[in-house]
Amino acid sequence: MPVDVNLMLGGEAGQGVQAAGYVMAKALARGGYHIFADQDYESRVRGGHNFFRIRAADREVGAISEALDVLLDFNGESIDLHKKELADKGVVVFDKDKVKNIDGSINHFGVPLEQLAEDAAKNKIMSNVVALGVTMSLLNYDLDLLGNVVSEHFGAGDAGKANVAAATAGYQYARANFKGDFIKHLSPTGRSKRMLLDGNQAIALGAMAAGCKFVAAYPMTPSTSIMEYMAAKADDFDLVVVQPEDEIAAINMIIGAAFAGVRAMTVTSGGGFCLMVEGLGLAGMTETPIVVVDGQRAGPAIGLPTRTEQGDLEFVLHASHGDFPRVVLAPATIQDAFWITVKAFNLAEEYQLPVIILSDQYLASSYATVETFDLSRVEIKRGQLLPESEIAKSGEYRRYEITPSGISPRALPLQQRALVVSDSDEHDQEGHLIEDAETRTAMMLKRLRKLEGLRKEIAEPRIYGPAQAEMTLIGWGSTYGALKEAVDLSNRDGLKVNLVHLNEIWPFPAEAVTQALQGTKIRYAVENNATAQLAHLLRAETGYQVTGKILKFDGHPFSPGDIVRELKKEVA
Amino acid sequence: MVKMSDYAGKPPAWCPGCGNFAILTAVKRALVELDIEPYRVLMVSGIGQAGKLPHYTRCNVLNVLHGRTLPAAAGAKIANPELVVIAVGGDGDGYGEGGNHFLHSLRRNHDITYLVHNNQVYALTKGQASPTSDLGFVTKTTPHGAWMPLNSLAVAIAAGGSFVARGFAGDVDHLVGLIKKGMHHRGFALIDILQPCVSFNHKNTHAWYRERVYKLEDTDYDPSNRLAAFEKSQEWGDRIPIGVIYREDRATFEEQIPALKKGSLVKQKIDPRQVEVLMQEFV
Ligand SMILES: Cc1ncc(C[n+]2csc(CCOP(=O)(O)OP(=O)(O)O)c2C)c(N)n1
Ligand code: SF4
Repeated sequence: MPVDVNLMLGGEAGQGVQAAGYVMAKALARGGYHIFADQDYESRVRGGHNFFRIRAADREVGAISEALDVLLDFNGESIDLHKKELADKGVVVFDKDKVKNIDGSINHFGVPLEQLAEDAAKNKIMSNVVALGVTMSLLNYDLDLLGNVVSEHFGAGDAGKANVAAATAGYQYARANFKGDFIKHLSPTGRSKRMLLDGNQAIALGAMAAGCKFVAAYPMTPSTSIMEYMAAKADDFDLVVVQPEDEIAAINMIIGAAFAGVRAMTVTSGGGFCLMVEGLGLAGMTETPIVVVDGQRAGPAIGLPTRTEQGDLEFVLHASHGDFPRVVLAPATIQDAFWITVKAFNLAEEYQLPVIILSDQYLASSYATVETFDLSRVEIKRGQLLPESEIAKSGEYRRYEITPSGISPRALPLQQRALVVSDSDEHDQEGHLIEDAETRTAMMLKRLRKLEGLRKEIAEPRIYGPAQAEMTLIGWGSTYGALKEAVDLSNRDGLKVNLVHLNEIWPFPAEAVTQALQGTKIRYAVENNATAQLAHLLRAETGYQVTGKILKFDGHPFSPGDIVRELKKEVA
Repeated sequence: MVKMSDYAGKPPAWCPGCGNFAILTAVKRALVELDIEPYRVLMVSGIGQAGKLPHYTRCNVLNVLHGRTLPAAAGAKIANPELVVIAVGGDGDGYGEGGNHFLHSLRRNHDITYLVHNNQVYALTKGQASPTSDLGFVTKTTPHGAWMPLNSLAVAIAAGGSFVARGFAGDVDHLVGLIKKGMHHRGFALIDILQPCVSFNHKNTHAWYRERVYKLEDTDYDPSNRLAAFEKSQEWGDRIPIGVIYREDRATFEEQIPALKKGSLVKQKIDPRQVEVLMQEFV
């Protein structure tokens, strides 16, 4: 039997749902399990309903499964909201002093959570950690492993000790008092060296591995934690993180910094990207290499600030006036988020243009266990950045030299004595503004020629599932994990389904996609948006039309079950 | 020794008699007198007649968008503090479209010299009112007259400017001195330059300014007193002061960033292996 356990912690903002969830996930990861975890929270600092879901399995998993084995309720509300998600024999753990009218039909275990926290740690706020102890006991997990992670998380001092005592109290209470029916066991399978990290942390690590030295960004959910993480490391890693007055300043600052010669990035969400659109065009015209992360959230305007959506694809493809080449990458997994970020910096400098990373709230705040990244595989490709010796040899430097590839050799100010002239007006090869038709045409074509080279850089879509399928699902970005599992579930249930998934979207890999879709008659676009934006692009770039759409735009990510249910409705 | 000819750029496309010519001369003279070679200088400009100035010199140039001069200049300065960064723009560019960047660049005190060619009009777009147009100034877009002008010097002092000065394109020698002072100043140096636009501003003309302008250096004015500076910034009308209105010694943005203590970011090595220790924190 494959091991696959699903847990949910639910409570109000401010009750430590996120901290407890993270500690639990980490303790399970340490014991050798593969983890996938995601979160749902409201845009408020106290109150409301938040949850943290954890899936632990003995193989890699890329999405949450719906049937909950344990539901930890911190405020009495989660039981009602989520009891329909309980698996067969799934158990609800709650504070029996606070929740009185429990639905007798569900498998439940009332624990005096706050009382135990008060007794063991003199602090009832630690009832969330007591509940962790209870859960670990139900799962037959190792208390010491939990204890280690708790004390790491809360520190070796008094707070750490008190939290360990709270966890122990919960564990022992459950040992002595649980008489219910619960069959899921998760004994540690050995110590694992895998990391547990979220999508934003993967992007931050990717940027740092790629040598990003300058970040200017204005806080906006869900991307803020990228900038916060990098700001915390800035002094030790020789990088600068600036929070300027607005997103307009942010993108223009990184353009200045990249012009001067460092790898620079800004991070935002769709609303902030709106303000950056003008700067994006500046990077396009001046051929300045920058990386922009758009962590999508539901729009338009402020939308659902803490909820997910894939609603910005067409926007980022067309953002800013005029024609200029750009790259759009959409990481599919947390692993991908690291490598795509590295690639983004390389493409930006090799092709001297803006690269947009299209992530989203779901990917940003989902955790997964991943092997440590093999840093020896990180290549730093700075493209045609001229070495000092070559600049010294050449006479007058021309920033916008017309070349067959469209890429002009790049010098930096203060490198030797080269003078670098960059202009937002249309310009000649020296960088000075012009208005004549001939130069304009030549410059436009030079820039657009970069697309020819770029097409060779873009990854082909990932194809998953049986080669001969009756139905093909087409998706992009962070839905990959759910789609992959939906393919497995559908095939198990007798449907013949496969998946064509894109994580690098522009320039559109039209040839590879055309090949992948040859021979399919039934094609479903599966997208976390209301209008099937990838489907439009597919039609424009390949002529292929989808035959159906499975769309979700309620602010929540797809689960594999969502997709399978919709698919079955369609074929029924 | 650096010579004027080292800074010779393309011939300017400004109207004959425009105040911008004098500013161009003053910038070049200041750089020559400070013996700064062109390759060490980065001029960043926005859009407008003023924004074209860097093209008429020889140095590194980053010509950006209308109003976005300051953030781009700040980014370049942070990336490579060894660059001598001069930001150039018009009053519309800097105080209108770029107003927010203006306020916050003053606060942050980037080590940049910022020259605002203040002709109290939008010239490149052919004569509309600007944020500094005099009250009642009639243009095609303000047929009922312009509103209260923005007092950029007062705003700069209030926003935490560490060097706030006014120059006049009709007095090049004085302007050269001011630009040099601004460049010597550690931190953000705003030099608002009265620049007659002969085509679109028939009110604030060369003659109009010449009648009114006087030099603060010729008085016993002390620019270190912030309240007095604020008062001085209110003087406009029959008498218009030029010179340093306010000066304060304060740490620059770049000086306060630990990562820059080791020198320019541009020179920092890129080493992906650095990330190894960070990955261990997630295990
Ligand atoms: C976003 C944007 N809006 C408007 C314009 C058009 N525009 C070009 S220059 C200018 C005003 C320039 O006035 P000012 O900054 O005072 O400079 P001057 O030409 O007077 O030297 C405007 C509005 C533009 N280029 N970009
Ligand atoms: S329009 Fe005014 S500012 Fe522009 S060049 Fe002519 S005189 Fe100078």
